[in-house]
Amino acid sequence: MSLSFLEGLQFRRMDSPIHRLDPRAKFVIALSILGYAMLFTEVIPLIVGFAILLPLVFAAKVFRMWVRTIKGVLVLAILIFAINWLVTPDLAMAVGLALRFVLLVAAFSLFFLTTSPDDLGLALEQSGVPYELTFAFTTAIRFVPVLCREAQTIVDAQRSRGLELERGGLLKRIRNYLPILVPLVVGAIRRSVDLAEAMESRAWGVSEKRTSLYRLKMRGRDYLAILLSAAFFLLAMYVKLLSNQPLLPWLL
Amino acid sequence: MPIIEAKNLFFRYAAAEKYAIRNVSLSIRRGEFVLLTGPSGCGKTTLCRCFNGLIPHFHRGVFEGEVWVCGYSVAETPPNKLSKHVGLVFQNPENQLFCLSVEKDVAFGLENMGLPEAEIRRRVEWALRVTGIEELRHRAPHELSGGQQQKAAIASVLAMEPEVVVLDEPTSFLDPRSALELFDLLKRINEDLGVTIVLVEHRLDLCASIAQRVLAMVDGELALDGSPAEVLCGEAIRLFGVGVPKSIRLYQLLLEAGVELEHPPLSAEELADLVRQKICQ
Amino acid sequence: MPVIEVDSLHYTYPNGVEALRGVSLSIERGEFVAIMGENGAGKTTLIKHFNGLLRPTKGCVRVDGVDTREASVAELSKKVGLVFQNPDSQLFSETVEEEIAFALRNFGFSEEVVEKRVRWALSLLGLEQYRTTSPFLLSGGERKRLALASVLAWDPDVVVLDEPTIGQDYGQKEKLMQFITQLNTQGKTVVVVTHDVEFVADCNPRVVLMAAGKIVADGHAREVLTNPQLLDEASLLSPQVAKVLHHLSDLGAPSSVIDLYEARDVLLRLLRRRGV
Repeated sequence: MSLSFLEGLQFRRMDSPIHRLDPRAKFVIALSILGYAMLFTEVIPLIVGFAILLPLVFAAKVFRMWVRTIKGVLVLAILIFAINWLVTPDLAMAVGLALRFVLLVAAFSLFFLTTSPDDLGLALEQSGVPYELTFAFTTAIRFVPVLCREAQTIVDAQRSRGLELERGGLLKRIRNYLPILVPLVVGAIRRSVDLAEAMESRAWGVSEKRTSLYRLKMRGRDYLAILLSAAFFLLAMYVKLLSNQPLLPWLL
Repeated sequence: MPIIEAKNLFFRYAAAEKYAIRNVSLSIRRGEFVLLTGPSGCGKTTLCRCFNGLIPHFHRGVFEGEVWVCGYSVAETPPNKLSKHVGLVFQNPENQLFCLSVEKDVAFGLENMGLPEAEIRRRVEWALRVTGIEELRHRAPHELSGGQQQKAAIASVLAMEPEVVVLDEPTSFLDPRSALELFDLLKRINEDLGVTIVLVEHRLDLCASIAQRVLAMVDGELALDGSPAEVLCGEAIRLFGVGVPKSIRLYQLLLEAGVELEHPPLSAEELADLVRQKICQ
Repeated sequence: MPVIEVDSLHYTYPNGVEALRGVSLSIERGEFVAIMGENGAGKTTLIKHFNGLLRPTKGCVRVDGVDTREASVAELSKKVGLVFQNPDSQLFSETVEEEIAFALRNFGFSEEVVEKRVRWALSLLGLEQYRTTSPFLLSGGERKRLALASVLAWDPDVVVLDEPTIGQDYGQKEKLMQFITQLNTQGKTVVVVTHDVEFVADCNPRVVLMAAGKIVADGHAREVLTNPQLLDEASLLSPQVAKVLHHLSDLGAPSSVIDLYEARDVLLRLLRRRGV
């Protein structure tokens, strides 16, 4: 489950109106849906949330990957549903909470599927986040596939030496992972030294002011997207307040 | 003035008991193509690190003697400053690409140097063109073959327009075809751009013919220094456990049998031509 | 009965990459086989089927007559020992002897046998002096030998080595060649995956040439490695000796020689015939 979920977050370079939006604008879209999801626990408005998200997913041409992400978190959603149903026997509420979770994941999945981590790093950088941090972030993402492959090789190597991960009681099973974890960690440490060496050799930190090959620029359509998102959220808030009078005094 | 000069260089890593490099003195001229070889653990990698300041600034230890590169004393110049003059390409292509696209990686050093955007763009385009990987510019490193990754690493070093490029066993993880392509690229960079090349290699059969000079290290010391034919045909190199290309072994076997060809061959083609010459005389 | 039998094997990775496209191969007991091809030709994917790490998408692989779909990786590994390219993907123990004992304990050998086998494997690869050393303190070449020792310790019928010459210098390659040739003469089936043509030319085994997920040639090293068209198809280079003689074929040089001394004799004959 966990792996397919990760795969769903992996960006693939493509071209679509959504891909072309500025990462910051896309982030606001995802945030507005997050805000929207937090407003409601009822099933109908949450379904409306999906209905609004879906055209965007189609426009971005990432439907298949998006569905995979959702499938990946389905188990978790069912768990949320089950726990809530057990705690408070309110079926509609339990369904709503599970749906809310899926909508959140769905919104951010669209964001990650259509935003290259490089652009995301750039957006963070231009918003004043120190370069060291954004670099750490993009490099971490760059090495996810490498580490996955390495982990697979280590598992293969140890299974070839008779290691059976699923054998034994709980304690034994945990210990079974030692032969996987040690080479993985040792490898990661070696790799980090190599990386640091290579960075030093490529003028890391040599100039006070670092420049950049690309610059992100907000265009008309980005401002429009932000405006629409904001309007959508405010409208939702308004509807919520109207429809849910008893909440009003509590809010005030 | 030599572009690289080492005088009585010693280095011992902080955690080690033995010196990794002992009393190495050498000088490399501008524009030379130098092949550095020797058995594993002989100190080749350590010497490479001395050429761009990773030693003594990144790897600490006991550093004695002097190394001058492009007029800078390595002991006083950290690697990030030297990188404008000396580019270092490492053995594992995977661990020297940090970004999610080739283009961004090639720009990495230039961004660090704080160059203006237009200049970065110009140099990135140039480096991608020289290394012939323009069409890979948007690929992520894990979507490239080992050979392509290594070319991207070379492009990212070239973009900084260094005077010297040092490569530490760049073909270890490559298949022979990709290795040969890489050697061709290095030859072009050396001949067309005048960049001095120091190449550390085991695969002498594939690269002996492109070098002008061969250095062999054994046990931390510089043991041999001469033209490829001199070094590879000598008696000494076989005692050191360095693999002599088969074409040279054949030349030597013929010599032992009393047939002397005009000169030692550095490739199979050359040997065939020499034999043909002899026959047709 | 062949010890490994591969019958029209197809394998497609979960991400959709079709790595093997109809591979048939049978390896007899006691054979020495080199599987060659460029990176990405499907060599590693193929050998991962030999101990069940991968199961066929289509087709069938039998080890000692047993369909790999019907046995666990552990059961198959006991017969087919896989030595991975990078020793660092398996070393994890505190001491060299523990590292070797790991697989033996997994396979359920008694402590007495484990003790005996560890000692045997240590001496086989000249690692006795490192018995209680941490594997992480060994040099690259020693780590590679330890990985090999840790597999040979359980004495599998078949030993499969993935790219054993990568990153090795001439001396290390020479020793490795002597070692595996010796293993083979003692009756062990040896499979080597490599793109190192000079190494294979020196070992002179049966060569299985792969390209784009298929076997494009299967025969003696001296036949396969002297066929430039085949090597080209597999993106490999000719061994230097073969290349020299190929360039002289118009003068009557035979084309199926990869051995250095044989090549010398050929050249001497050519030269003497012309009175040199």
